Amino acid sequence: MIENIDLSLIDWSRAQFALTAVYHWLFVPLTLGLSFLLAIMESIYVKTGDEKWKRITRFWMTLFGINFAIGVATGIILEFEFGTNWSNYSWFVGDIFGAPLAIEGILAFFLESTFVAVMFFGWNKVSKKFHLLSTWLVAVGANLSALWILVANAWMQNPVGMAFNPETARNEMISFWAVLFNQVAVAKFLHTISSGFLLASMFVLGISAWFLIRRREQFMARRSILVASIFGLLASLMVAYTGDDSARTIAKTQPVKFASMEALYQGKTNAGLVAVGFLKDADRKLGEHNEKDFSFRIEIPSLMSVLTGGSAGSYVPGLRDNLYGNDSLGIMSVNDKQVRGREARRMLLSYQNARKSGDGGRADSLKNILVTKDYQENYFRYFGYSSIDRPEEVLPDISVSFYSFHLMVILGFLFIMIFAIAIYMLFKDILEKNRWFLWVLLFSIPLPYIASELGWVLAEMGRQPWIIQDLMTIPMGVSRIASGSVLTTFILFAILFTGLLISEVSIMVKQIKTGPKH
Amino acid sequence: MPDGMDYIVNLLNRLFRFYYDGFRNMSGWGRRVWLIILIKLFIIFVILRIFFFHDFLKKKYNNDEQRSKYVLERLINSP
Repeated sequence: MIENIDLSLIDWSRAQFALTAVYHWLFVPLTLGLSFLLAIMESIYVKTGDEKWKRITRFWMTLFGINFAIGVATGIILEFEFGTNWSNYSWFVGDIFGAPLAIEGILAFFLESTFVAVMFFGWNKVSKKFHLLSTWLVAVGANLSALWILVANAWMQNPVGMAFNPETARNEMISFWAVLFNQVAVAKFLHTISSGFLLASMFVLGISAWFLIRRREQFMARRSILVASIFGLLASLMVAYTGDDSARTIAKTQPVKFASMEALYQGKTNAGLVAVGFLKDADRKLGEHNEKDFSFRIEIPSLMSVLTGGSAGSYVPGLRDNLYGNDSLGIMSVNDKQVRGREARRMLLSYQNARKSGDGGRADSLKNILVTKDYQENYFRYFGYSSIDRPEEVLPDISVSFYSFHLMVILGFLFIMIFAIAIYMLFKDILEKNRWFLWVLLFSIPLPYIASELGWVLAEMGRQPWIIQDLMTIPMGVSRIASGSVLTTFILFAILFTGLLISEVSIMVKQIKTGPKH
Repeated sequence: MPDGMDYIVNLLNRLFRFYYDGFRNMSGWGRRVWLIILIKLFIIFVILRIFFFHDFLKKKYNNDEQRSKYVLERLINSP
């Protein structure tokens, strides 16, 4: 029996998760990056004994505290949504999510109740070195906490280290290390934390620039810019490097997403990398939709071939290769994957029927087949394709993938330039004379937030229609609940998060205007 | 009291004083932020969790076996 699913339920469930994740991610990266900047600043204080550095550290620690406190626990709502709106998915992922999220929860609890408290309450109460150690542990702990969430997300992009148990309908972890060192998890973790370092550096630069514009707290502002611009430049170079690594990983594990990011329909050798481009509808069709063409583009010749395959002659598969297959490259077509996915489903149905009819012998013999490596790797791995009717259904929105990726990359290179110029001007002692640049720094504060959110848009929308790559489609994962209740909680979240954001910004602005007190 | 017990009591007392003094001497922004945290946690864990975010499978089924059967059914019969 095939039930119809209320499409508005899927749409609202997705919109609610997106809203929660986007708002949650406004708080997280500043915590990841600013914690390290605090640790560096406090290290200088402890090393030099200069009280001015203590004052600088405490000022930024105040802003860190506001962001940390407002943002804390906003991610819990995502876990609520798993159980309510995405119950099939939540059950299906089993302990693959449970283990990393439990580690994250325990780590976050101990981090927050101990070392953050020492950071804020411990000045003059614990030794300088213990306080500094606490600040470093908060920085390391916050970033390790993010690791477990990213490991869980990476598994959805590239499910590894598990086996499906047909009796429980759950995936069971067979290798913790395969899940932890999933190539997507490693690339994602490094790229995400370095983008947090970058974002926090720009935050410190922008606010310090404001002090210089107002000719207030100039010593603190110059010292803060010195630390943040060097840290920011290193972070932005790390973002570029890890971003490249991340793109290579996507090319291997999610080739449809990769080709969508570049709007590459037809695979080719000497494939150029589009630096800047605008898309338009082409006359050619891919399924029901028009393909996209470039109305304008600046392309670096052969670079995509070099980056993905190591040489200009390397063939970069396009969307058509990934949809319709390419025998010479060993790329399986969606049709072939559909056949395997349907076979996996048929076997599962036979197993279920045997259990229902009480035929224990047949159920056991089918289960023995279902748990074999061959079934898991060659059939169940494509289970999600059993829900796909046409190959073109596995395409994400090409424009969203293309623009989110390219805007993020353009902003990434802009950040490298900004940090490099800031360092140059600071060392030439011309920063305060170039007031236009101080305004640029101030107005650049939102840009890393935009770039960071674009990265998530690409990661999540670029893998549509999968909730778990190749294994589970979005409609398979959603709970059968009333779409009206999802809409209600969507509105509640929108109000709650907007309220939190307004509170954060207003308290922060007030503290910035007050300046360092200590 | 044995020395070990003295040490533990003293340690707990110092820990209590550490947090007590920290909260008592908190600045204006700290108090405002704590108020926001408490309101937020109340909304998340009381209002949202109790009234809106029930665990779908736990609410609908009594045990894991029933939940497994339901999800397997959904996997097999989803469009």
